[in-house]
Amino acid sequence: MPPVLSVKDLSVSMNGTKGMVPVLEHLSFDVAQGKTMALVGESGCGKSMTALAIMQLLPEDFRVTSGSILLDGVEVLSASPKELRSLRGNKMSMIFQEPMTALNPLYTVGNQIGEVLRQRRGLSRRDAHAQAIQFLKAVQIPAADKRVDAYPHQLSGGMRQRVMIAMALACKPKLLIADEPTTALDVTVQAQIFDLLSELQDDTDTAIVLITHDLGAVAELADDVAVLYAGRCIEQGAADEIIAHARHPYTRGLMACVPHLQLGRAIDHLAAALDEIPGMVPPLGARGPDCAFLPRCAFASEICRAQPQPPLDRINAGAAVSCWRHQEIAPGAMA
Amino acid sequence: MNISASADVLLDVNDLVVHFPAGRRGMFGPPSKVHAVDGVSFRVRRGTTFGIVGESGSGKSTTAQAVMRLIPMTSGQIVFGGENIAEFRGEKLRLARSRFQIVFQDPFSALDPRRRAGDLIREPLDLLGIGSPREREVRVRQLLEEVGLPPQAANLFPHQFSGGQRQRLCIARAMAPEPDLIVCDEAVSALDVAIQAQILNLLKKLQRERGLTYIFISHDLGVIQHFCDEIAVMYLGRIVEQAPAQAFFSAPSHPYSWSLISAAAPPGPLRVRLKKDYLVKGDPPSPVDPLPGCRFVQRCPFAIARCRDELPVLNIQADEHFVACHRTGEINPPDFASL
Ligand SMILES: Nc1ncnc2c1ncn2[C@@H]1O[C@H](COP(=O)(O)OP(=O)(O)OP(=O)(O)O)[C@@H](O)[C@H]1O
Ligand SMILES: Nc1ncnc2c1ncn2[C@@H]1O[C@H](COP(=O)(O)OP(=O)(O)OP(=O)(O)O)[C@@H](O)[C@H]1O
Ligand code: SF4
Ligand code: SF4
Ligand SMILES: [Mg+2]
Ligand SMILES: [Mg+2]
Repeated sequence: MPPVLSVKDLSVSMNGTKGMVPVLEHLSFDVAQGKTMALVGESGCGKSMTALAIMQLLPEDFRVTSGSILLDGVEVLSASPKELRSLRGNKMSMIFQEPMTALNPLYTVGNQIGEVLRQRRGLSRRDAHAQAIQFLKAVQIPAADKRVDAYPHQLSGGMRQRVMIAMALACKPKLLIADEPTTALDVTVQAQIFDLLSELQDDTDTAIVLITHDLGAVAELADDVAVLYAGRCIEQGAADEIIAHARHPYTRGLMACVPHLQLGRAIDHLAAALDEIPGMVPPLGARGPDCAFLPRCAFASEICRAQPQPPLDRINAGAAVSCWRHQEIAPGAMA
Repeated sequence: MNISASADVLLDVNDLVVHFPAGRRGMFGPPSKVHAVDGVSFRVRRGTTFGIVGESGSGKSTTAQAVMRLIPMTSGQIVFGGENIAEFRGEKLRLARSRFQIVFQDPFSALDPRRRAGDLIREPLDLLGIGSPREREVRVRQLLEEVGLPPQAANLFPHQFSGGQRQRLCIARAMAPEPDLIVCDEAVSALDVAIQAQILNLLKKLQRERGLTYIFISHDLGVIQHFCDEIAVMYLGRIVEQAPAQAFFSAPSHPYSWSLISAAAPPGPLRVRLKKDYLVKGDPPSPVDPLPGCRFVQRCPFAIARCRDELPVLNIQADEHFVACHRTGEINPPDFASL
């Protein structure tokens, strides 16, 4: 069966004061029905831009400069505005990182979810209202029968995020893009939302693109992972493979900086510093032709300095990595 | 709490209550109140980090803001460095403020976008009249360096910084008047894991070098475990468990703590089991006019009749380990050790 989403060689640039500046470079990935692909990487690596390119909602000045995005076999990049509206309503929906921008401040949340249900399922006004309450309950909104009549600004950030999720669920899309869906929520609710997303996936076979910097979420939800760094995919493959045997120095750095909860035993590392990746992601326009991670990489050597960005090499069925030294940096050994 | 009152206690909060008005019950009923913080007591030792965890709405920020005297409190005592600052007013309060500072979650809205970084860091010094103008300039450079920003950063506006750099700026600003206590209210929650590690390491370094005391609010238990010496778990305006970090994570004792930990347990079959048995479901109850019994009763898998009628208070269960639950000892904790 062909994948629900197939992204091939996608590049996006920003038209800035100094001409076209690359934002995303040559991304390729597929998401099959019922599968979850996680996009991970630090702030500014291009995760949201990838999502917005798929939805064709890139900000002004940003343009797709190469590639193809097939959604259920339809080329998104050449779709007319009318086709796009229908694709967004029927085939794909997105949970935005900042829910306030996506909710209409002038309508109650019940109205907004109800509208989706009326369009998608042809429900009557009254049935849509009743269903909207069910969806709000499903995402753990307290007093859902009252909150259904609240306006977005009357809800906390976490509740707004859950309303967004309820709306996305109401669409029953083939592809759901979730941009940091739980970052604003506390752990108990996060766990509930993750359960909710996997239940939804079991019921409807939705393909999910999950954008997150939470590697715990990746381990729990994702089938596949693409790690982005400075707009380039630097490691890709099956989630369990990458979590167990990350090869790229950046991926390994990311995993090492998370303070993992240690249960049931005394820990002596309390006073110790966390591992950190020094420095920061190069801003747009400051990305050269060589390995983008080079200035921060503990493994960088002459080989890396003398050559361009390494190609994304397939290592086995489960993994591909873009690093000149990945063979020397055996999985398991840390810098 | 029974940490003996001694010189090494910097902050001693006693029976803090913060209620907010919430309209009336019915047209002629008595006025309703949000019990945001409802009788919270804790002590923080100098040079240590006191962590507060709990669900959204449990009263963590309200506690912190009341302690910082940023919002009015309903009742209680806040003994800071030996003085009850709850009674401070006017000039006395203004001067005392230099000794406790707060760093918020959102580094962007915390900074005036029209002012340059150098001015933002200098502002608390100007307000408090600390040092000569020349000395303040020197101090600004020093602070920038301490938080890992280049001197040129002084001339930039907040939007010219990345999220992590903005949070460094907020930390430099909080450090400017050389406070004894810094409250970090979800100060790393909005940052990605890489920047979060940098900021946590920076805070630790500053603590080591300057003997700073922190109150550290977070909903990430991994971060809390890494960063805190002592931990308080809040639920609906009350502390339900409090213990040194080691004791808390090796033998958490309150059913609500079990739920929090289950939600944060490392992925695997054990997490699935923990979530099934201990993760709370259903709606968090409203903090408006709470019922008399245990605040956790609606969601607690171990609740018995007594829990509905009687509010459990913090009882000592082991050295410096306090739990507010009627059934401590009767109910079996999850077997975290087998993880
Ligand atoms: N509206 C904009 N105008 C100019 N540059 C932008 C704009 N939005 C994003 N960028 C830049 O584009 C790059 C990619 O940003 P993107 O939002 O995709 O990052 P991200 O990986 O989603 O990060 P985060 O985790 O912070 O959400 C970054 O360098 C960012 O600064
Ligand atoms: N000014 C206010 N007026 C009325 N209620 C308030 C006010 N400030 C806070 N509350 C309520 O007090 C309770 C505690 O809020 P608080 O902000 O302290 O929670 P928190 O534990 O910090 O939550 P979060 O993790 O979401 O930041 C909540 O129910 C909140 O809605
Ligand atoms: S190519 Fe070189 S600089 Fe880049 S990640 Fe690999 S070792 Fe580091
Ligand atoms: S007092 Fe009762 S309801 Fe409250 S936590 Fe203990 S067992 Fe549960
Ligand atoms: Mg983003
Ligand atoms: Mg708060």
